[in-house]
Amino acid sequence: MAEVPEPTHRRRSHAGTRDLERYAGLFAERTGVMRSSAMRDLMAITARPEVISLAGGLPDTSTFPPQSFAAQMTRIAQESAAKALQYGPTEGFEETKDCILEVMGAEGMLPDPDDIIVTTGGQQAIDLVCKTLIDPGDVVICEAPTYPGAIPTLCSYQADVVQVECDEDGMQVELLEQLLAELRAEGRRPKFIYSVPSFQNPAGVTMSLQRRHRLVELARAQELLVVEDNPYGLLRYGGEPMPPLYQLDGGDFVIYLGTFSKILSPGIRLGWAVAPPPVMEKIVLGKQAADLCTSTLTQYFVREYFAERRWQRYVDDLVEIYRRRRDTMVEALRDNFPAEATWTEPEGGLFIWATLPDYIDTSDLLAKALRADVAFVPGQAAYVDGRGSHSMRLNFSGVNEEEIREGVRRIGKVIAEQVELYGALTGEQPPPEPRQESAPNVLPFRKAGEA
Amino acid sequence: MKVAVLKGGRSLERGVSLRSGARVEDALERLGHKVLPIDVGPDLVTRLIAERPDLAFVAMHGVGGEDGTVQELLEILGIPFTGPSAAACARCMDKVQAKDAIEDANLPTPHWFAFNQTAFREFGAADALGRLEETLGFPLVVKPSRGGSSLGVRFARNPAEVPQALVSAFSYDDRVLLERFVDGRELAVSILGDEPLPVVEAILLGGDRYDFEARYEIGRTRFDVPADLTAEEHHAVIDAALGTYRALGCTGFARVDLILGADGPWLLEANAIPGLTDTSLLPQAAEAAGLSFEQLVDRILDLALKPAAA
Repeated sequence: MAEVPEPTHRRRSHAGTRDLERYAGLFAERTGVMRSSAMRDLMAITARPEVISLAGGLPDTSTFPPQSFAAQMTRIAQESAAKALQYGPTEGFEETKDCILEVMGAEGMLPDPDDIIVTTGGQQAIDLVCKTLIDPGDVVICEAPTYPGAIPTLCSYQADVVQVECDEDGMQVELLEQLLAELRAEGRRPKFIYSVPSFQNPAGVTMSLQRRHRLVELARAQELLVVEDNPYGLLRYGGEPMPPLYQLDGGDFVIYLGTFSKILSPGIRLGWAVAPPPVMEKIVLGKQAADLCTSTLTQYFVREYFAERRWQRYVDDLVEIYRRRRDTMVEALRDNFPAEATWTEPEGGLFIWATLPDYIDTSDLLAKALRADVAFVPGQAAYVDGRGSHSMRLNFSGVNEEEIREGVRRIGKVIAEQVELYGALTGEQPPPEPRQESAPNVLPFRKAGEA
Repeated sequence: MKVAVLKGGRSLERGVSLRSGARVEDALERLGHKVLPIDVGPDLVTRLIAERPDLAFVAMHGVGGEDGTVQELLEILGIPFTGPSAAACARCMDKVQAKDAIEDANLPTPHWFAFNQTAFREFGAADALGRLEETLGFPLVVKPSRGGSSLGVRFARNPAEVPQALVSAFSYDDRVLLERFVDGRELAVSILGDEPLPVVEAILLGGDRYDFEARYEIGRTRFDVPADLTAEEHHAVIDAALGTYRALGCTGFARVDLILGADGPWLLEANAIPGLTDTSLLPQAAEAAGLSFEQLVDRILDLALKPAAA
């Protein structure tokens, strides 16, 4: 056999500036709105091992039993190697859909399996919905703040993103109604309303039952699509379960997005979308064009895993871990954040949203925090218009309780320095030390220290 | 030749530095050198002693890599390195020191005042702000003294915006400066050895200023190389830039940033280790002078090994 020559370069050669300009002339218009950011650069530092990162959105995968993982993969290798290594149907395997039905059933939903498509993570489901529905310039309505990961997707399809403020009961549907009326007056009709109604990323808030009903009514009356993204619905640590929008609507005007990432593993990249048949037909074509099918191997893994009938117990275990971490973070915030700070106290999910006095810019604060070896997501990442610069997203699922306490303590310290400095600059008295509160308070967006 | 490429580190410009470093490594390989990439961390000295590179290419930006710290270590270890000396790096990195040196050389730099945090926290410097604002006028610019890539730079349009701008700038450094805003064209003059390269003009497309995003994103800023200048303007700009380069004691290379106002050039700062990424200004200027990126890197190596021949 002829000897293969050693490759001479480890990397592609980097283009000179003249070449770059040549490429720039070829870029699609949509790349102009694909943003990189200062934040992304700062985030390069959060990967250092000494940094406690409350910036990620990572579920804890450390408690998944390795023996069980090994046994399932072995079984797949022994019994279904050829199939597991082969392409699969674009829509996903029926067996995977059975698992999805179980998960959705746990929240009271019972869709037709034909309305389901298995996707490469929930993120692809968002992408496929955009691909199916958005023409450049189309209006899409999101919550304010919204899931930071949805923004680049929406922008890459050149959507005109309009955000509706949230309060402790989620998206303010009254404001949405006003907005819809205004848009109608301009002759514009939003392609869809994107919402994370339960334990929202990043705000941690949950839409009230009354608003859920109203939103579904609005969608029906005005024939608008609502895209319900529900990655965290089963991760509830307190309060009463809420019916998903999909259940209230029956699936006529709600496209539902789900994922195995938060209840099993994000590494397997398995999510799904449920949509009315005409929409699903287009989504399937879009999926086919994107990647033909979702990983067959990981679909087999999910099938084996669900066959053990332990998945709900694993979710229960996660709920216990996350509940303690949430409690730890809330307590740490009370102990370490200044009196003018507010934050949400979510009943589930992975995130707390904290808002600081308006003279503190959280992107600048992040630079200071990184010197203290701690990271968070600056609030601007959750808005398309530069708002959110006084807020931050804090994740409590990805690090242990000790790290949460220490991380929040470090952030509290850099904030205190800013507060004191601002006081010295304006002659305003620095506020008193954060007070110790013992009464648990489940109301989000409350002021720190308000009982 | 065995060349260590020092990159990354803990600075806020780590991301930019990694991109500069990767591009340099690639060019060095194509030039036939043996490349030793080092993401600078606690093992830097151990690695340099163990590996004994013939030369260190410093592709670090910001605090640690651009302020003379790494350069000092290299001087102690006796390893030749690219770019200015430790002392020159320290002067360039600290905008207050740099502006002092520029003014001492009778070169124009916008009027400024510098403060450290203690002045505000303990000595009531806030009471002096009103008078400074009167002297500087509005809008004024608030900058961290040490910092790069426009991080923490804020404009204050009125007195009410000053405290918040100061809080932002103090997030990056313990010393900040308040500077008179000079309106004009944004120019950058890269100097290689003692030779000025073609002047680059940064023209922001949309958005209201030349901020961090614009600087590193293809398509947000248009760069005109060479900048469209009259012979007289060109002369004044080059003189001012070379004067600054010398006043700060730079050798090897550096990039001088200035504003060309109606009344001539105003010097803002010098960058001891200008960016070498795809969108950075030094490589663009070199290219306009007919130097490919490899030729630029080759020339930088020459200057580091034979400073006398520069």
